[in-house]
Amino acid sequence: MEKALFIIIAVIAVAAALNVLIQRNPLYSALSLIGTMAALSVLYVMLRAQFIAAVQIVVYAGAILVLFIFVIMLLNAPKQQLQIDKQKGLRYLAIPLAGLLLAEAFYVVWRVQDIAMPVVKEGEEAVGTTWSVGVALFTHYLLPFQVAGVLLLMALIGAVVLARREGDK
Amino acid sequence: MSAILTKLLLVTPDWVRSLTGERQPNVFWAEYVVWPLIQIVIVLFVILTLVAYLVYLERKVSAFMQARLGPMRVGPWGLLQPAADGLKLLLKEDIIPLKADKTVFVIAPIISVVAALVVLSVIPWGAAWATIANVNIGLLFVLAVSSVSVLGLVLAGWSSNSKYSLLGALRSSAQMVSYEIAMGLSIIGALMFARTLSMSGIVEAQQSDGIWYAFFQPAGFLLYMISALGETNRAPFDLPEAESELVAGYHTEYSGFRWALFFMAEYAAMIVTASVAVTLFLGGWSFPGLSLIQDRTIFVLVSIVVFAAKVFALIYAYMWFRWTWPRYRYDQLMELGWKWMIPAGLANIVLTGVWYVLALPESAGGLFGFMQAAPGQIDGRLVPTTAGKLYFVVTGFIISIPIMWVLLATINRRSRDFNLQEQRQLQMQLRRERLEKSASAQEADGTP
Repeated sequence: MEKALFIIIAVIAVAAALNVLIQRNPLYSALSLIGTMAALSVLYVMLRAQFIAAVQIVVYAGAILVLFIFVIMLLNAPKQQLQIDKQKGLRYLAIPLAGLLLAEAFYVVWRVQDIAMPVVKEGEEAVGTTWSVGVALFTHYLLPFQVAGVLLLMALIGAVVLARREGDK
Repeated sequence: MSAILTKLLLVTPDWVRSLTGERQPNVFWAEYVVWPLIQIVIVLFVILTLVAYLVYLERKVSAFMQARLGPMRVGPWGLLQPAADGLKLLLKEDIIPLKADKTVFVIAPIISVVAALVVLSVIPWGAAWATIANVNIGLLFVLAVSSVSVLGLVLAGWSSNSKYSLLGALRSSAQMVSYEIAMGLSIIGALMFARTLSMSGIVEAQQSDGIWYAFFQPAGFLLYMISALGETNRAPFDLPEAESELVAGYHTEYSGFRWALFFMAEYAAMIVTASVAVTLFLGGWSFPGLSLIQDRTIFVLVSIVVFAAKVFALIYAYMWFRWTWPRYRYDQLMELGWKWMIPAGLANIVLTGVWYVLALPESAGGLFGFMQAAPGQIDGRLVPTTAGKLYFVVTGFIISIPIMWVLLATINRRSRDFNLQEQRQLQMQLRRERLEKSASAQEADGTP
């Protein structure tokens, strides 16, 4: 049953991801990216990482894609084909790079078969819950957590400085 | 009490199990497929009917507040008005503007409605079997999906290819993104007491604490209610569809049933935010004396009625606000969100944390020892004693609120948000000083 569900969700995720590439209109691409994100979050739920699943929706489908759509909307993207012809040189670079990425993916799949799956012990079921993520963040990973906070604060201050008009002081 | 209820939670009724013919330990289809489907159909039917009647209620409430009668012609007291409205909307011509982006134009109302309805699955409508899914990220799920619902409005506004729609969409997205933050901050205080994100878990926590968290978290409750108004685009925060400026905002170009979908999404979102407020701050389906009912089925049914009554009380308050308060100006709305609500939310979190840690027993690093272990609590959750309850109510009302008041007054000392008397005096004084300064500077320069 779990496998059947996984296959359905995985097909949706891959189809939506392919649609991101196929669509010519960037807005449609962004919309199908939402589908991919939603499918990924279902996969997280199936891996018992409920917190990550919710965060996936909040951060990607909620925040980042709204931002994407905003940029696309406000830049008024042309519906016609984008100017790909200008960068012909890049096309020759793209093929080996794509090959490299594919090889990497296959290598991971090949290696994963050798690794024994960790057995879920009693009491370890709660690994993906908000509780365990919170405890880990505020004890073991406190420093990285704080550093990330400072980084975001810097971005925030930067945005305020940029948005500030010359006149007001 | 709560231990028994935990055991009762999400147990499929016997008749469903006999329907699928499954034995006791192995009830996959009954537990995860058949029974949830039945629940989903019932909840969707009830909520969608309710949405139609909320529109009727809104018209009646507004009418009574303006000394009118409201709809009276269709059926007794106009009770069949929603059916007539629905039929009218179904039969109306479905217009898609010529220059609109057709695909997105069609998808946008669907996103809106789906985002509003999906959330219904995690809300505990009553005790035991009256919850569709008791997931341990319930509240986070509600917030996550509500952050997606912005997309529906933005896409609707953009795809209509009309300036009113686009302006409405831009306003709504800025507003919803800002008020989402305040909403997320306002619930954290109550979560500190509940120590779980599961909606049913929060109700149970309030039961075992023996108090509604609105009493522990008056500021949090207030903040939640205000940001919920902003999040559902209701007056006085209905800037996205301000009819005096934007015709109808993001759904200006929509007609017929597509427009009705947006309307449904708005009222469903109202029910959802009211339900979350009830679950988190008003004890959910629990009520003093409810546990006296012995029969389990009647107990659950009464719990559903209690929940509905609380939700309706809040929805009535929403309607009350809408028909008695004028709309905010856009800059006032944003300043209220960012300069008042968010600092207040952060202050509430810090203060609640301080009170909570102080109240812990000394073995847990606290000072007063107002918390004690109780049977049947998850993850060693501590329950406040009677003195502890009093302590939290006093800190919540008498200490936290004045501190936040002073803090907000200090932060916003120089802002001109609401033209308050004192602020205006201060602004005038500052302006006078500036003028004097520039006058004296000009004199020193010797230039006219």
